[in-house]
Amino acid sequence: MTEAYSIATKDFSSVISQKLSKVSPSGIRRFFDLISSMEGAISLGVGEPDFVTPWHIREAAIHSLEKGYTMYTSNYGLLELRHKVAENLESHYGLGYDPDCEILITVGVSEGLDLALRTILDPGDEVIMPDPCYVSYPAGTILAGGVPVLIPTYQQNSFNIRAADIEPRITKRTKAILIGYPANPTGAVMPKEELSKIAQLAQRYSLLVISDEIYARLVYGTQHSCFACFPDMKEQTILLGGFSKAYAMTGWRIGYAAANHQIIEAMTKIHQYSMLCAPISSQMAAIEALRNGENEVEAMVREYDKRRRIMLKRLNEIGLTCFEPKGAFYAFPSIEVTDMSSEEFAEKLLIEEKVVVVPGSAFGQCGEGFVRCSYATSLANIEEAAHRMGRFVARARQRHAPNQGAGGASSSP
Amino acid sequence: MKEVLEILENNARATPEQISTMLGITIAEVEKTIKQAEAQRAILKYKTIINWAKLGEQPVLALIEVKVTPQRDVGFDSIAERICGFSEVHSAYLVSGTYDLAILVKGKNMHEIASFVSGKLAPLNNAVQSTVTHFLLKQYKEQGELLETKEEVKRLPITP
Repeated sequence: MTEAYSIATKDFSSVISQKLSKVSPSGIRRFFDLISSMEGAISLGVGEPDFVTPWHIREAAIHSLEKGYTMYTSNYGLLELRHKVAENLESHYGLGYDPDCEILITVGVSEGLDLALRTILDPGDEVIMPDPCYVSYPAGTILAGGVPVLIPTYQQNSFNIRAADIEPRITKRTKAILIGYPANPTGAVMPKEELSKIAQLAQRYSLLVISDEIYARLVYGTQHSCFACFPDMKEQTILLGGFSKAYAMTGWRIGYAAANHQIIEAMTKIHQYSMLCAPISSQMAAIEALRNGENEVEAMVREYDKRRRIMLKRLNEIGLTCFEPKGAFYAFPSIEVTDMSSEEFAEKLLIEEKVVVVPGSAFGQCGEGFVRCSYATSLANIEEAAHRMGRFVARARQRHAPNQGAGGASSSP
Repeated sequence: MKEVLEILENNARATPEQISTMLGITIAEVEKTIKQAEAQRAILKYKTIINWAKLGEQPVLALIEVKVTPQRDVGFDSIAERICGFSEVHSAYLVSGTYDLAILVKGKNMHEIASFVSGKLAPLNNAVQSTVTHFLLKQYKEQGELLETKEEVKRLPITP
């Protein structure tokens, strides 16, 4: 009896790896609890499409299960899928990857990123990345034993990471530059010329580049530049891509990594022990997506674009100045006029107006003063959310500068 | 014009301001395009799709196959126009296959539709050869909208 009691009150913090204490807890989790008790909240806080996976893709997976495809696949993934991925990269970007040894099918880009980091990092190695950036970049780096080196990015510069800002931070321990454009949370796309400067930097200092291009298909009025296309960069780039956003397959956990065969072999070494292979039904679905999914992707992109334009206009109209996001499905407006912190803004907006946004600070220090608004939701929701946010901002401005009225400027220096 | 009409087809209440923002054109251009489309009858009408079953007031619909003796020199058009003149006729099509015209007829009850067929349709002598009436028993989808949405599969409200 006494022993059972003592086990129940035992403190397990000492048995948990020290590494984990260096990883910051998610800035998003606590909003879950707030939201779950709320009826009628409109969420602009979702990081996945509001479309269901197109029926022909779901049908292919269902059919494969009916036919009995339920077993392990090769560690590298089904050869047919690797061929289709290679064809896809060839037709979109003119890149020639050998499906036998230069492509690995992963459990989402999430696993691809984890594998890439664990493959290349020795304890203390540094990885350069933008701030703000996707939550997994610094966390994954720390878990792989590395040190994240965060480079500030700014709204004035459309949150592009600049080669000139990277260079002074390169040390003997720098192993790789990790970028993800189009970006979560900012919606930023980097123009070719700017990416080219980073490629030149990588060449000069012999750095690897891990390029997370999960949002590659979601670009508006501009072209996506695949990082592996820059001169001599194909060998040095670990290209991560997937199906989650373009084909609305977030829950299927399926993606791929493309890199030179030595890196892929090393990544597969980890993958074979930790995952063995990506789920076979997801792989079969992905084959169908690549075979016949083009029209649906294009239709979704056109729909996102319409919502993007409305969201951008509304945010700027209500005083939350936002640069034009040309990729992904996020807008990243400044909340400066309200004189609140990102967390405070998000929490108060949720409680007072039942609208969910994600505080920019959850993505890094340079995200402080911003919030992430996702337009992966219906136009009606976007309009209603903007209406409620407008009220909220107006009230905040009144409180903040009551003598100047609704059109008053903020008092920031 | 096509993109403007696609938006309106999906949402007749989209405002010119919304349409202009979504397509990156001026409000004036949107309004001009809409006026043109209305004048050309590319836009026939602005309507709302109502699910009457929710009010417990389901009108009766029938799909009627009509076999027609085509008129000399005018083919099917003249008889089709005659038939379309009846307000009970909701939609009408010339179709390939074993009969000629497919018409969708609405009525308050089956009796009304039966009366329409026997009293107004069949008596179109020298034109209507025969009719086969199919009463529509249950509707699943209307103009792209499912009538009954099963359980709503929800996304997590906040994700990174």
